[in-house]
Amino acid sequence: MTVDLSYSENNVTPKDQNSLKESVIMPEPQLRSIAVEKAYRKGDLKIPVLRGIDQKVFEGDFLSIIGQSGSGKSTLLHLFGLLDHPDIGEIHLNGERIDDLPAKTRDQLRNHVFGFIFQFYHLLPELSLLENVMVPMMIRHSMWDFWKQKRKFKDQAKEIISKVGLDHRFTHKPSELSGGEMQRAAIARALVLKPKILLADEPTGNLDSKTGGEIIELLNTLNDLDKLTVVMVTHDEAIAKEAKNQVRIVEGRIERLATSKVGVA
Amino acid sequence: MYKALLCMRYLRSRYIALASIISVMLGVATMIVVNSVMSGFTTEMRDRIHGILSDVTVQYNSLSGDEDPEALIEQIRKVVGDDIYALTPTVDIPGMFMSKHYGEYRTQPVMLIGIDPKTKSQVGPWKEYLQSFQETEVDGKKVPPQRSMSEAAGFTLTKEAKAYRKRWIDQNASFQHYHAMNHDHEQVNPIKLKNPIQTVEGIKSEKSKVTTADSVETDSDVPNFEEDDPIEDSIPDSHLFDDLDKNKPVEAADPYELRDIQIIPGAGLTQYFIPDEKTGKLELVEIIKAGDDANIATPNSALPPELKSAAVSLVDIFKSGMSEYDSKLVFVNLKGLQKLRGMLLSTAADDEKGAITSVQIKLKDGADSDKVVAKLKAALPPVFYSVRTWEDQQMPLLSAVDIETTILNILLFLIIAVAGFGILAIFFMIVVEKTRDIGILKSLGASSNGVMSIFLAYGLALGVVGSGVGVVMGLLFVKYINVIEGWLTWVTGRKVFDERIYYFPEIPTSVSASMVIWVAVGAITISVLASILPARRASRLHPVQALRYE
Ligand SMILES: Nc1ncnc2c1ncn2[C@@H]1O[C@H](COP(=O)(O)OP(=O)(O)O)[C@@H](O)[C@H]1O
Ligand SMILES: [Mg+2]
Repeated sequence: MTVDLSYSENNVTPKDQNSLKESVIMPEPQLRSIAVEKAYRKGDLKIPVLRGIDQKVFEGDFLSIIGQSGSGKSTLLHLFGLLDHPDIGEIHLNGERIDDLPAKTRDQLRNHVFGFIFQFYHLLPELSLLENVMVPMMIRHSMWDFWKQKRKFKDQAKEIISKVGLDHRFTHKPSELSGGEMQRAAIARALVLKPKILLADEPTGNLDSKTGGEIIELLNTLNDLDKLTVVMVTHDEAIAKEAKNQVRIVEGRIERLATSKVGVA
Repeated sequence: MYKALLCMRYLRSRYIALASIISVMLGVATMIVVNSVMSGFTTEMRDRIHGILSDVTVQYNSLSGDEDPEALIEQIRKVVGDDIYALTPTVDIPGMFMSKHYGEYRTQPVMLIGIDPKTKSQVGPWKEYLQSFQETEVDGKKVPPQRSMSEAAGFTLTKEAKAYRKRWIDQNASFQHYHAMNHDHEQVNPIKLKNPIQTVEGIKSEKSKVTTADSVETDSDVPNFEEDDPIEDSIPDSHLFDDLDKNKPVEAADPYELRDIQIIPGAGLTQYFIPDEKTGKLELVEIIKAGDDANIATPNSALPPELKSAAVSLVDIFKSGMSEYDSKLVFVNLKGLQKLRGMLLSTAADDEKGAITSVQIKLKDGADSDKVVAKLKAALPPVFYSVRTWEDQQMPLLSAVDIETTILNILLFLIIAVAGFGILAIFFMIVVEKTRDIGILKSLGASSNGVMSIFLAYGLALGVVGSGVGVVMGLLFVKYINVIEGWLTWVTGRKVFDERIYYFPEIPTSVSASMVIWVAVGAITISVLASILPARRASRLHPVQALRYE
């Protein structure tokens, strides 16, 4: 299986990988980091967080990245989602480098290609659930365009909200929703513009295990039915196992884990 | 779109924004009210000055006057006749005004202005400022004007003033009678008394000789400053200068008739206010009023000038509301002043022609006064004539008021600037508070400019709402300012705006659309400017930092 093959590469050094890449013909990864390094500065001290991450994500995959707290999972996800620049290395989308694009294009890619969900949901407290879900649409379209197609957009947003199981909560403010409901709302917001890749940063981190399990189930369904690529980071092994593939970040590098359940099956 | 939505939501959900709106609103309202009242006062003042001074004045440079006024007027008409609506010859001369009050003579420096009431009224508002045409207030009750506006202005007494004059003259006569019977031995020295035109230091003019001859008929105590009988002090001065008119048969004189020189002095010369000791209210004290007699003195037109004085009759009081004028101007009938100053041209058979010192001109609407002045200056020899607009004449006062207005405006604008700093501080707070949301928006694809425009739009909205409400409030305040003044008077128990001090029956206001627009636009601009810094800060927030912010 191509998917398995790709993950087996993670154990080899970058040099080997390059030689492999030349010799083996394989599908282009949808999202890829090449030798990405990132360090934070604390005064004069430079604290390396990522020390050369090579990671491919193929279309339709559900990849979970496991790591201890502070291991740099969020940092990596932010680099994938163009919220930050790597110090060294590149991020590629469908074979094209995207980390060095001008700010405007990066903004557009975030809007068109990526969907984010966060541990703390990050809904806008002033807006109702429906409005929160419609924010990406408002960002994409000019005021005039949005106004013209308001009905259509509203219907789309409602449809997505129903899909995540939150019908009849449209007008609730985030403060009136439970944690699980807020995360569902965040997922709806991430999905409303039909992104290619969903980036989830500890989506269950703040939820009890039952609700967390429901959220993972939802992500799995989306991955299965809509062929949505999902990259999820978590420190919870049990949650990570629900994904098709898993990798681990240790000391700023990727460590490949046992074959995924899908791969085995 | 999200910008507008968020901007609206932030506006609605943050009470702190209300504070910014209120500070902008109060600043705008204050500026509008103060400006309107200031410009109301200024406009009113300019109107009054303008009314008294006329559009353009041609002044003869010597006080002895231009001996050929007809030629001058003809010349003026020839040069700028098309622009002239009306003109009037006047004699403007410094002089003194003497009135008796509580037994003391008070002599005040004044400007005597000899006018022809008919043409003077055409040149500008003048009649309106005469007391007999104005509504007065006695003991808090309004008294309608004694004359209707349709009546022509002139040097004549009203019915009331006539009755008053008759009363005191009769009283005087009976007193004289009593005095003559009981104090024969105290008869005043006729030489001291009977010299109607007091020449300076014994230089006798022809006229003064003539008057000595007639002086037997006069028996007043006016110029006799040595006499000090308190009862007599209450008796107004009587005929002294009948002889000025040589043709007038003395025998036929109506005892109540006005003197040949009639004056209309400013209200500041004839009355004053003193605060009542108990109530603190201002009480009007009339020194002298229409129907009374008084004295004026002025240099004549001879070389060197000699001081001439004469008893005169008050026919009315002039009250323009400009204290500078009301305490300084004394209008005199032109012929009387010319006669007193010896300006009547001896060559004229009918005594009708006299020298004048200036010509006041009213221009037609739309005429360019500066052009007229330039033309007149070119046509009239500058050695003899100076030509000025009314604004030139009052330049120091008008520019002082202008500067005052400007400074006040700057100070008031600082109020709005303070409001601006309030907005700045509040916005920084909101940006800090919204740091995480800014990160979320960026993760959803919002651009830095988009985030920035949320806060700029927020500032704009604050400015628009604040100055909108402020404009409405300010205009309402201005509209009902006199009602509000009434309430304040009622609440504080003190008259806030005392018309007797300010001369205006109510607080004058004038709202100019451009001023309102300027204030509103200025306030909005300041709000937007104040939001630029916080907005830039928001736009530069790093999305990751913003997302990590807790
Ligand atoms: N802005 C920053 N400045 C300094 N250190 C940072 C900053 N952001 C993250 N770090 C550090 O980078 C490391 C990785 O952080 P993060 O990617 O959030 O880890 P994780 O999501 O795996 O818990 C942590 O040690 C954290 O302290
Ligand atoms: Mg993290």
